[in-house]
Amino acid sequence: MSSQDASSTPIPSHPAESTPASLPRLGMAAPPFEAVTTHGKIRLEDFRGSWLVLFSHPADFTPVCTTEFIAFAGIASELRRRGVELLGLSIDSPTSHIAWALNIKEKFGIEIPFPIIADSNKEVATLYGMLSPGESKTETSRCVFVIDPDGIVRAMIYYPLTTGRNTDEILRLIDALQTTDKHKVATPANWKPGEKAIVPPPTTLEEAEARLRSGLECTDWYFCKKAL
Amino acid sequence: MACIGSQGELTESAHKMLSSLARPSTAEDVAERTSLPLFRVRAGLREMMEAKLVEMEQSLYRLTESGRSAGQS
Repeated sequence: MSSQDASSTPIPSHPAESTPASLPRLGMAAPPFEAVTTHGKIRLEDFRGSWLVLFSHPADFTPVCTTEFIAFAGIASELRRRGVELLGLSIDSPTSHIAWALNIKEKFGIEIPFPIIADSNKEVATLYGMLSPGESKTETSRCVFVIDPDGIVRAMIYYPLTTGRNTDEILRLIDALQTTDKHKVATPANWKPGEKAIVPPPTTLEEAEARLRSGLECTDWYFCKKAL
Repeated sequence: MACIGSQGELTESAHKMLSSLARPSTAEDVAERTSLPLFRVRAGLREMMEAKLVEMEQSLYRLTESGRSAGQS
């Protein structure tokens, strides 16, 4: 590249613009960050040893986001019981987050117990691919990243700006992931805690034949369930 | 829940953490004694280390002289 080419290259106005939009991958380490939040500066590594639900919302003081925040606050104690912390994010300032949290408390009587990242420079949003430019270049989509105690991304959910998320599904997802880890099973469609789980299919002929004699509830050699 | 306010004053959670450091402790011990979530304790102890109120050696946090004075005020 000639010096003339180099000088004509636009200089990004902030670090986030120099980072290409990315999306974390399931089973990979969650991208590390340090961010200003309503509870002070927090790093991803501060959550090591706990599960984390990192979620983004489009903007403070908007109606769907307000219903979501009330819903997330409503499951915070259930999540805590499961060893899960919540961390919100939007491209707003700390002042805006504080004012909105106080407004929710005043108008709806709900206290927001979890920190909210003030991602004004879009650093974390870019790192986690939370921006969907086809929808909005300035607001994050309704994303959820479930990160396990070892810092591995275990699940991701993306909803559009128009559609509020279902917090019961987030609880169900956490229950399913923790059940998988504890019992080495998979969970079928619409599974709920207390229901039978799926035993991973055999990988050898010998194992397949043994599976049918195993006493598990098997419809066929590859389709077996068990009570937990 | 930052530990140090905008005017340099210690927050309630900072006082809790400093009080819990009467003897060198891990972040997990501090979280248990203060009933604060572990992530808040880690972030808070880091902030207080930057302010030289707390120091860490071999994963154990301990008060500095300044931290001892600040905790008593």
